[in-house]
Amino acid sequence: MAVKPALPKDYHAEKRVLNGILPKTQVADATSNEQQELFCQKLQQCCVLFDFMDSVSDLKSKEIKRATLNELVEYVSTNRGVIVESAYSDIVKMISANIFRILPPSDNPDFDPEEDEPTLEASWPHIQLVYDFFLRFLESPDFQPSIAKRYIDQKFVQQLLELFDSEDPRERDFLKTVLHRIYGKFLGLRAFIRKQINNIFLRFIYETEHFNGVAELLEILGSIINGFALPLKAEHKQFLMKVLIPMHTAKGLALFHAQLAYCVVQFLEKDTTLTEPVIRGLLKFWPKTCSQKEVMFLGEIEEILDVIEPTQFKKIEEPLFKQISKCVSSSHFQVAERALYFWNNEYILSLIEENIDKILPIMFASLYKISKEHWNQTIVALVYNVLKTLMEMNGKLFDDLTSSYKAERQREKKKELEREELWKKLEELKLKKALEKQNSAYNMHSLLSSTSAE
Amino acid sequence: MAGAAGPGSGPGSAGRDADDSLYPIAVLIDELRNEDVQLRLNSIKKLSTIALALGVERTRMELLPFLTDTIYDEDEVLLALAEQLGDFTGLVGGPDFAHCLLPPLESLATVEETVVRDKAVESLRQISQEHTPVALEAHFVPLVKRLASGDWFTSRTSACGLFSVCYPRASNVVKAEIRQHFRSLCSDDTPMVRRAAASKLGEFAKVLELDSVKIEIVPLFINLASDEQDSVRLLAVEACVSIAQLLSQDDLEVLVMPTLRHAAEDKSWRVRYMVADKFSELQKAVGPKITLNDLIPAFQNLLKDCEAEVRAAAVHKVKELCENLPIEGRETIIMNRILPYIKELVSDTNQHVKIALASVIMGLCTILGKENTIEHLLPLFLAQLKDECPEVRLNIISNLDCVNEVIGIRQLSQSLLPAIVELAEDAKWRVRLAIIEYMPLLAGQLGMEFFDEKLNSLCMAWLVDHVYAIREAATNNLMKLVQKFGTEWAQTTIVPKVLVMANDPNYLHRMTTLFCINALSEACGQEITAKQMLPIVLKMAGDQVANVRFNVAKSLQKIGPLLDTDALQGKVKPVLQKLGQDEDMDVKYFAQEAISVVAQRLRKLDFPVKDSEEHRAPGPDKNHFLRPGMLGEDTGKFLSLMSRQHKETERLAWLLRGQ
Repeated sequence: MAVKPALPKDYHAEKRVLNGILPKTQVADATSNEQQELFCQKLQQCCVLFDFMDSVSDLKSKEIKRATLNELVEYVSTNRGVIVESAYSDIVKMISANIFRILPPSDNPDFDPEEDEPTLEASWPHIQLVYDFFLRFLESPDFQPSIAKRYIDQKFVQQLLELFDSEDPRERDFLKTVLHRIYGKFLGLRAFIRKQINNIFLRFIYETEHFNGVAELLEILGSIINGFALPLKAEHKQFLMKVLIPMHTAKGLALFHAQLAYCVVQFLEKDTTLTEPVIRGLLKFWPKTCSQKEVMFLGEIEEILDVIEPTQFKKIEEPLFKQISKCVSSSHFQVAERALYFWNNEYILSLIEENIDKILPIMFASLYKISKEHWNQTIVALVYNVLKTLMEMNGKLFDDLTSSYKAERQREKKKELEREELWKKLEELKLKKALEKQNSAYNMHSLLSSTSAE
Repeated sequence: MAGAAGPGSGPGSAGRDADDSLYPIAVLIDELRNEDVQLRLNSIKKLSTIALALGVERTRMELLPFLTDTIYDEDEVLLALAEQLGDFTGLVGGPDFAHCLLPPLESLATVEETVVRDKAVESLRQISQEHTPVALEAHFVPLVKRLASGDWFTSRTSACGLFSVCYPRASNVVKAEIRQHFRSLCSDDTPMVRRAAASKLGEFAKVLELDSVKIEIVPLFINLASDEQDSVRLLAVEACVSIAQLLSQDDLEVLVMPTLRHAAEDKSWRVRYMVADKFSELQKAVGPKITLNDLIPAFQNLLKDCEAEVRAAAVHKVKELCENLPIEGRETIIMNRILPYIKELVSDTNQHVKIALASVIMGLCTILGKENTIEHLLPLFLAQLKDECPEVRLNIISNLDCVNEVIGIRQLSQSLLPAIVELAEDAKWRVRLAIIEYMPLLAGQLGMEFFDEKLNSLCMAWLVDHVYAIREAATNNLMKLVQKFGTEWAQTTIVPKVLVMANDPNYLHRMTTLFCINALSEACGQEITAKQMLPIVLKMAGDQVANVRFNVAKSLQKIGPLLDTDALQGKVKPVLQKLGQDEDMDVKYFAQEAISVVAQRLRKLDFPVKDSEEHRAPGPDKNHFLRPGMLGEDTGKFLSLMSRQHKETERLAWLLRGQ
């Protein structure tokens, strides 16, 4: 199967002729009729692909194509009126021929984007120029989306999105800009692009857990969300709750968390009523064993609290501060430290002060406990400061809690015992029932066997 | 039947302990609201306990509605719930009431998390079997339809897995509806749903009438196989295996083969990889004729695919493909149409391909026979034995027994030796470890003489390897060799060399001597142990390194059973007693342990009568107490004992059968 098409036989001859008769400078200088024809010829020429895994083959031809691509880039970016209607087909064809390919299997199946060097695209010397050309084409003042939409259609975008899985960060960077431009210029494709990104993310979360371009796609989404009209459509809210929030569960969260948190905050800035479901969602997916992720979650919570409305804050303060109280008493000092830093944030501090009656009882027990027993001195010091701040906010409540602390602990222990007792009783009840049934079954059985023995 | 007995006994027992029966549901509700996930999880896992305590009626009326309405929880809890409900039929009153379990499972089948959803579908499939045909149409099929037309993709994905379980028992009208729903999911807008449908296509085809397969499934298959997403197309390949099994040769040729041919040349390597990976199944499904005409050419292409992953997957199937060819003409086909490609792959640029090839190529010997092996395969083996990649060499060596059966290993021994020596000294310890594992096998096949001459020194060198795992493996290797070559060989070649190491300046090597003695003493027998090994061990008790000393104690304990009273009393005991007074805690500990074992042994030797009563292994044997002698006498007690040990589910299953 010829995945990489072989060169046509007369290719070299043709190229030499073209280049010999029409050197670079003449393309721009030729009369407009000739120019157009030449432009298209060169575009067609550049549809020929070369095998870059073989670094010694076709060196001359590779160089000619590189030079030609360079020439095309310059031609479309320095001249006006060269992107005429008849050229669109050839332009998109040339771009498609070069960039659309099935990405090869990763050299390293256990590729860890945080640790390993990515495999770079071998044909970059050509592909880079094609991407460059593509961008100049899209950004040219002559570019007309109404004509281009005949060629840059859903299928084109679909293929473009698949390329975001490229391991080469340089390629993903180009793709990001390209897709952003397309989203901006082709109104008819917007819904489709969003839906496809949606699908890519869902596959990433629930099926493969692998997609190299998540961060780049989120970055584009960040600016897309920014432009959403109000009130938000149900589709967008669904995207937030069913895609972006579950995305926090991904193994490689560190690679795109900044972009993800940005998207989430963008949503909340648009529509504050989303705060409660978002925070509840984050609490549901709160990391259980991965401390690094927990630190990221805390970071995101702080970003959200930075923009939260006091009325929304009241709705989630209880579950949220129960989680924060757990984080504060984490034995991983970075988690505890990150949570305690909330008390350095003026706005959060003011929210806490407003709601001190609710928050202090939630936080008190764990703060009190760690102030006595955390292994890390920095944490203990931070906790002292936090306790002091809280005490200043409501001294009376603080004193009450201090004096009832012991009784509270004992009550908890008693409750614990009661629970065990209940389960034990339940277990006994079940055994009793089981035994009843067994006995009747056994009697039945022995009755049967004794009769059969007779 | 369980269904008839259940409802009758339920209310009765609930009435008897009315106050007891009040609290289970309260406990559950309380526990399910606990802040600690672990506690919530625990209570869900004991759901069957609660249901049993409640009785079938209240389980149906109170517990299930509660679960259906109030569950919004962490996925882990939901997973446990989905799993539990699959085994719940007996607890709600048997098959007549199985449909009560559908509502909670339905909502679990729509959650986001795949693991939960899959488990819910699994439980639903299980429960579907317990439905009567009437209940199936009244309750189960409507549920499948609801899921199949759900808004969010998750419910539609779940529906895909449920068609095949309800189809066979449905009426014709309903069958047509089910097919219609499946059809629309195959062309769903969301690729996730199409993937789910594609992965269930084969399973669904199997339960359909042959006509429906031809008229409806085949077009669906063709559509999915040409989907725009390669992740969908590759699943169609899997379905192809099932569909092909259902059709006649002629139908196959017309309906399936064009698509399969296309898949083998798909532009996405993932699809081609799938074809390669499923090749043996495909071969069996399409039969010998199509294999020869279509699959072999496709296979040749896969063997020279441009992606190494595809080549490697195809190479893995070479042996199976050849084995499954019709015996008549097999040799010619392999020689003319497969072997030329294999020859090229021996020098493939990708090492994974070569490793894969080395793991299967030896299997061809038995298929091709002696002469072909010598003429055609042997050169390939020899080339691979010289391959730069150690895994390739290792795979050849580890499959030597195949060659041995056909042509004997001698043909290879000249090339084998350098390969083994090189692997034995490979920089990666895992490679060294792997080659050690094959030493006993090689020794058996090459014979003692060859072994002594060429390989013995290697085996000894491993004893002083700097990686512990290698030294440990080397010790075990020696034991296996002694078992193979006998004690005499051990005495002349192995034991002296091992014992010399007792004077090595490196304490790790001195310990190796002890480990070797532990491993070898039994294989070498009483005489060598007592005369040659024991003196050395005793001498080492004075070692300045504590680790050596406590290993002396361990060794003495180990070889104790092979020594007679005199040696134990006169030599071993004093040394152990001295070690028992050692300044090092660990030495003391192990010495004392050894003393007690030796003392026991001595007691036995003094009163040999007892020996026959006791088991060979000293120390209490826990199994004694659970002898099945009790079974007939006190069944009630025994059963409750048993049930406490068994897992919950097993116990319930037992109980239900008891009803």
